[in-house]
Amino acid sequence: MKPLLTAFAILGFLQINAQSLPSTTLRTIDGQSINITDALSKEGPTVISFWATWCKPCIKELTAFMDYAIDLEEELGAKVLAVSIDDSRNSARVAPMVQGQGWEYTVLLDENQDLKRNLGIVNVPFTLVLNKKGEVVWKHSGYSPGDEENLAEVVEEVAAGREPSH
Amino acid sequence: MKKAIIAGTISLFSLPIFGQGQQTFGGQLHGNFQLDGQLYLRDENIDPSGEFYPDERFLGQGYANFIYSDGNFSSGLRYENYQNVMLGFPEGYRGEGITYRYLQFKQDGLDITVGNFYEQFGTGMVFRSYEERGLGYDNAMDGVRLKVSPVSGLNIKAVMGRQRFYFQKSPGVLRGLDAEYNLASELLPKLDSAGLRWTLGASFMSKYQRANDPFLNLPENVATAGARTQLSKGPFAFQAEFAYKANDPSADNGNIYKDGNGFLATLSYSKNGLGLIAGIKRIDNMSFRSDRNGSTIDMLVNYLSPTAQVHTYALPALYQYATQINGEEGVQLEANYKFKRKSLLGGKYGTLVSLNYSVIQSINKDFVNTNMDTLRVLQGYYSDPLIRGTIPYYHDWNFTVSKKINRRLKVNAMYINLFYNRSVLESGLGDESIQANPDDQQVMNGDIFILESLFKVKRKHYLRTEFQHLSTEGDRGSMAMALAEYSIAPHWFFSVQDIYNYGNADESQRLHYPLASVVYTAGTSRFQLSYGRQQRGIFCVGGVCRVVPPSNGISFSLTSSF
Repeated sequence: MKPLLTAFAILGFLQINAQSLPSTTLRTIDGQSINITDALSKEGPTVISFWATWCKPCIKELTAFMDYAIDLEEELGAKVLAVSIDDSRNSARVAPMVQGQGWEYTVLLDENQDLKRNLGIVNVPFTLVLNKKGEVVWKHSGYSPGDEENLAEVVEEVAAGREPSH
Repeated sequence: MKKAIIAGTISLFSLPIFGQGQQTFGGQLHGNFQLDGQLYLRDENIDPSGEFYPDERFLGQGYANFIYSDGNFSSGLRYENYQNVMLGFPEGYRGEGITYRYLQFKQDGLDITVGNFYEQFGTGMVFRSYEERGLGYDNAMDGVRLKVSPVSGLNIKAVMGRQRFYFQKSPGVLRGLDAEYNLASELLPKLDSAGLRWTLGASFMSKYQRANDPFLNLPENVATAGARTQLSKGPFAFQAEFAYKANDPSADNGNIYKDGNGFLATLSYSKNGLGLIAGIKRIDNMSFRSDRNGSTIDMLVNYLSPTAQVHTYALPALYQYATQINGEEGVQLEANYKFKRKSLLGGKYGTLVSLNYSVIQSINKDFVNTNMDTLRVLQGYYSDPLIRGTIPYYHDWNFTVSKKINRRLKVNAMYINLFYNRSVLESGLGDESIQANPDDQQVMNGDIFILESLFKVKRKHYLRTEFQHLSTEGDRGSMAMALAEYSIAPHWFFSVQDIYNYGNADESQRLHYPLASVVYTAGTSRFQLSYGRQQRGIFCVGGVCRVVPPSNGISFSLTSSF
């Protein structure tokens, strides 16, 4: 128990700055390496949605959010990154699924789940919203129907420079 | 020991001070926490003798991860606690402790990790260390990992260490090397400008485990090697991997001295709303653990991915496929298509259709008999890859249509034909005993219909319903299921469901399995409370499965991340 308490005590002293993303290398669908920090929108908010081909709520969320994403990208300069945590065997299924679902997101692969782990994410779906400066301002885990409406409101608030209200 | 851990923990978090000079604690801390518990109720209908009813009545487990990263430096630890481990999880999880801690830094093109890490080579046929917490699977390495990119396009990984075995380590030591080279962009820029991407990879993994068997001369060093390629041009992508394993007598393969091999290939096409995938797989004696006596989900060095669709609807998920590491062959075909909006079949909003076909069977095995000479007997069997295996393990043929009807209503309809060989996948019978008595196989062959609908009641209020029906003569017989979920975004979620096993051949087992849940979500924290009855079944993630006993009770789960 002692080492644990020590660890917690030390953590308590840290001035935690959990604002920007840890620099982590991902892959694009055609196999190129890209750092997540280079994939963010320069003009507006970025939505990062962690998903997997075997995760049904993730697919529902991305499909439902597609209706909103087109407008947010065009009107607010927002960018939606759909980060797949499928392992390298299943990652072959990512591109066909993206096409078959008719998604138009930028899709990135986190095959060894490094970014997921670095961000302390337990389960997918998990959604983050970053402001123009690349700071994480909103996070949400899980998906139930209607969350996409809420997410769209959050992106609008962030684009307007306000704190997300929920 | 305690002092060493304290000192280690302190240095773990103070390193960035020295590494980054003036930038004291300028990094980021992320982490997560999960706590699960269940109060078990005695239910004589599902468990007449009480064999699954735990003595403790209440079981609970939890963990927390902390990851601190600052520029090129990262460190983390996980604390786990099982008081006691919940039903269905491996019983090796008993007690508490820090089970995962690491330091990682990137310097001069090197990426160095000491302590625990997760890594995989290629598709994992040679090596994959990963965790699946919901399954209780964790074969994290404890050792050293080095990643380096000596020239642009070439990535080399070297690993050394031992694997996690609950609160202990595996007896075997692993040493591995992997190299991947992106030919198109670096070596042959002409290919790159033609839009062709081509990657080659090779991996090697060796296990050392001391042997002092009184009867068998067991190999102490066992090597595996793999080669892979990935090619893509325009909408086409192809990937293939071949792996070879030296002889490795083990509890899995019945201590035979045969070597093993595996092959996996996938071809896909994706363009304009169409996604097509075709895959083939054949594995022969590819069980590879860092303890030759290991079983179930313990200390697996490699990962043999399933070539079957993962079902998330409750009834087909009762019969999920588990990869047969001693040998299997299969094909999988999958097609997804989105009919455009305003087309004939697309209607106003477009229509999604998907088709999936997968079939998996035994490989050809010509078993040796004990009259042959010893060297041949030790081989166990001979296999011809050109001859099809005779024992069907599994097949799944399914078709789904998803459609938005109007502004408020979306529907999803699915038909599945499922064949599940219970003798192989549940009882774990070997091919030899089935080949000897093929008529004794127990199988489940059934048709499943599912209708799901999502109705928007008003802004941020949704009602989702599911109706599922399985008709079969096999196993527990036919079942019907209904589910209703009401969600109020972004915080509340209510769900009730019932599975009625009306077709069970045993009349006393024609039971209802009701389940009700409430979920409250606030940002990244989620609290779930459920009450109900759980059927026995198998729970799988990625072809790795564990058996879940029947239970009845009140359970809660809290997850949070920061």
